[in-house]
Amino acid sequence: MTRHKPGFLPIVATVVWLAAVWLAAVPHVAQASGIKLSQVCPAGFELVQGQCKLRSLYQMYPSLEDAGVGGLKTGLPAYRDGFSPQQIDLGRYLFFDPVLSGDGSVSCASCHQPDRGFADGRGRSVGASGHPVRRSAPSLWNVAFQQRLFWDARAGSLEEQMLGPLYDEHEMATSPEQLLAALNGIPQYRELFRQAWPADYQSADANIRLDHVYQAIAAFQTSLISLNSRYDHYAHGYADALTEPEKEGLNVFRSFVARCAECHTPPLFTNQQIAVIGTPEPEGMPFDPGASEPLGEPTLRGGFKVPSLRNIELTAPYMHSGRFATLREAAAFYTGGRGHAVPEGEDLKIHWHIWEPGLTDAELDRLVDFLATLTDESFKPREPTELPSGMRPVHNGGAREGAVPQDGALTHE
Amino acid sequence: MNKMATIIGAVVLLAGGYYLGKSGQKPATVIKVDSEPKAAFTSSGAEEVAAAAPAGVVVRSLVTPTSGELIIVKDGESIQDAVAAASPGAVIKVMPGTYKETVYIDKDNITLSGVIEQGRYPVLEGEGLRNDAILYSGNGVTVENFYITHYKGNGVMGQAGNNFIIRNNFIVDTGIYGIFPQLGKNGIVSHNIVSGIEDAAIYVGMSDNVDVVYNHVFDSVAGIEIENSRHSLVEANFVYNNTGGILAFITPGLPIKTCGDVLIRNNFIVNNNHENFAIEGSLVSNIPPGTGVLVMACDDVVVEGNIITGNNSMGITFTDFSLAGNAANDPESEPNPNRPRVLNNIMRDNGNDPAPVVRAALAALLETTGPDIIDTVGMDDGCILNPERYRTIGLDKYTECEFSTTANIASYTLPEPVPARSMDDLDKGKLAYFGVCAGCHAYSTRMIGPPTQIIQALYMDNPQGIADYAANPVKKRPDYPEMPPQSHLDEETRLAAAEYMLKVQEGWAR
Repeated sequence: MTRHKPGFLPIVATVVWLAAVWLAAVPHVAQASGIKLSQVCPAGFELVQGQCKLRSLYQMYPSLEDAGVGGLKTGLPAYRDGFSPQQIDLGRYLFFDPVLSGDGSVSCASCHQPDRGFADGRGRSVGASGHPVRRSAPSLWNVAFQQRLFWDARAGSLEEQMLGPLYDEHEMATSPEQLLAALNGIPQYRELFRQAWPADYQSADANIRLDHVYQAIAAFQTSLISLNSRYDHYAHGYADALTEPEKEGLNVFRSFVARCAECHTPPLFTNQQIAVIGTPEPEGMPFDPGASEPLGEPTLRGGFKVPSLRNIELTAPYMHSGRFATLREAAAFYTGGRGHAVPEGEDLKIHWHIWEPGLTDAELDRLVDFLATLTDESFKPREPTELPSGMRPVHNGGAREGAVPQDGALTHE
Repeated sequence: MNKMATIIGAVVLLAGGYYLGKSGQKPATVIKVDSEPKAAFTSSGAEEVAAAAPAGVVVRSLVTPTSGELIIVKDGESIQDAVAAASPGAVIKVMPGTYKETVYIDKDNITLSGVIEQGRYPVLEGEGLRNDAILYSGNGVTVENFYITHYKGNGVMGQAGNNFIIRNNFIVDTGIYGIFPQLGKNGIVSHNIVSGIEDAAIYVGMSDNVDVVYNHVFDSVAGIEIENSRHSLVEANFVYNNTGGILAFITPGLPIKTCGDVLIRNNFIVNNNHENFAIEGSLVSNIPPGTGVLVMACDDVVVEGNIITGNNSMGITFTDFSLAGNAANDPESEPNPNRPRVLNNIMRDNGNDPAPVVRAALAALLETTGPDIIDTVGMDDGCILNPERYRTIGLDKYTECEFSTTANIASYTLPEPVPARSMDDLDKGKLAYFGVCAGCHAYSTRMIGPPTQIIQALYMDNPQGIADYAANPVKKRPDYPEMPPQSHLDEETRLAAAEYMLKVQEGWAR
């Protein structure tokens, strides 16, 4: 297509051209020939030589030792990007498709619902078996920046992480064989994998590869960027982006009395370390040893990865097993005294920043005010209305809604 | 008494490993005259500074840029109001008086400067109610000439500001840290008088290229602490009656995991025998009273030319995380104080009345007096000059240092401000377009707002029109929601984004 410099065009031609563009901009209705994967990057990414590259105003800022922790104008930590638009879009379909679960009852989106901050609103998630699992589903916003995954930090990549929920009998309860068989049995998926990796699927009988399934899902997950909150507007220099109470909350948050920012460090609001803070489990649930088991480090007993607080307003209840129903309760935990909720007989190496800050009720309220300024869903992806499997999306369907006891039998994650 | 057991354990272990079979052996006195000069000191910090500083540059020439804007704050007015009104480059002069507030500086190149009249300072008074006195996150911030007291948190606290200057302040009886620059590069902490602090009077945390010089710190748990930081010069400070004088630490579990290239030089480190009044659970609660210099896990620390006297437990200690028994381990933090270097220091009257934990450990060695220098790990890559001058424990593997002075390093600060990030394809307009505008505008498809292609056709060569509209949008299209104002982007960024929006193409690769 030849592009014209608009300035040289007569007005009439402009209007005609404009009309043509308008028509071109109308979204395509899915044709009988099937789904066509997107050729453009999701919001927040620039297409550079076939790869979607993250673009953010935070890329203007330095970061000490490139660690991505600091203050308001600090650069981002290391992240994953560079997937193609087609791979990201294929991942989107897979993410929402219940064909990935053993009995077709759940999809990734069942526990990572776009309308619930990519979490599920539960203290402990519920998968295909109907039993609550051990821990809560973390939000997927900004997961591109996470160096380690799971509450106990046991996975080093998204591809490694997703093996957990996909194949756990209480979560998606499928198997690699079943997953491949299901996908390969759907011609539409064969076609979509060909669109995403043309070189690898030239042959008509090329089978879908598991590593491509994982990569596509990771590609979609890493496209979930939330860096345009009102807090971010403030950080970039717009002083009026926050109200006075919210600014007070920011100052409590970063004060060395509350010390929130020491671990929930901007710009991602996590320092990605493991911290032993001694939060309680839900009533009746045994103590969770956390990171000490997978890392083989006894002093990390009760330690969990510091979660990002971006979009935290959307993902109640809080902590690894959802003990706290509200942000206010979660914030108040930190002023309850060092180790106040540690069960009898547990000798934990409680983090040095857990102390007795003596926060007032007003300060706790201001903290909650501030945390709500970290909400930004402006790059929320569209949910597919039809799925390559022909199945209906299930994540909003409520199949698993209803009375699930929070203190039900412990099952492994 | 967990920590006590830990320290005893550490020293007893050392005693077992080191002293069995060697008891009573003292280093021989070697009298010699060098036939040629020793080698010059080199370090990565030295190279960085040398590369940035042409010969003849004044030491610590870093200044906060000023624009000529001057704001004067008088007693009864609010300093924060002045900060809110200030533009980058402003100088805010604060007259003597009492100011009861928390001041936060979230913009660049602000000079916050007290005016001293007849010895009267502007006082920041926390009344035991307020959290921190001064918080800054901007780059190029100067804080000087204040008297700060009775805050619960920190006196002056930085979060990621580079090119900072904190000088000539009194900080008295104020919370956790007196002065705490964190996650910044290139800074000066000088001529402050800090006392009565529950943790470190001056604490450089996760920072690079910071000089801590000419300060007077006393009656605190830790005098000066350099933690998880690189290229730091601690020089000519007067450090007395703290629990521990000068510390260089790795704290495990922090996101920046190294500490190194720290010069502790020409300080007075005297009578640091204060009772430990740190908060339970803090790392410094482990410090035995009577500690002069304490190096925990920090690498390439040089101790030179200090006067270290009257510290009742130990003069200089090199140790690993066994001192931090109350913290969880961090598999990613390397625990040893690698390559310790002890040049000539003046040491006298150290170890005369060791703290109980140290006394118990010494008893296992049949000693009652603490050493001038102890290495509880027994490092085999350390060096020392004239070891026979001191009473030492655990230094038998140390060799003679190949250099005798670090005098060729005048400062670890850089003469010019650290610049903002230099990215090859840094284009503010592009970052704003993809990072902000793209939430509603795709190139050729309809999203929340009209496609970029449409906007290009409408505005052609009028980016200012887009920038102005974006700041104050009005409802134009019945079939689209009204655009929210983008006034949070400053004018320059809005215009740059508009310019980029007019030239971007589908799948455009620069």
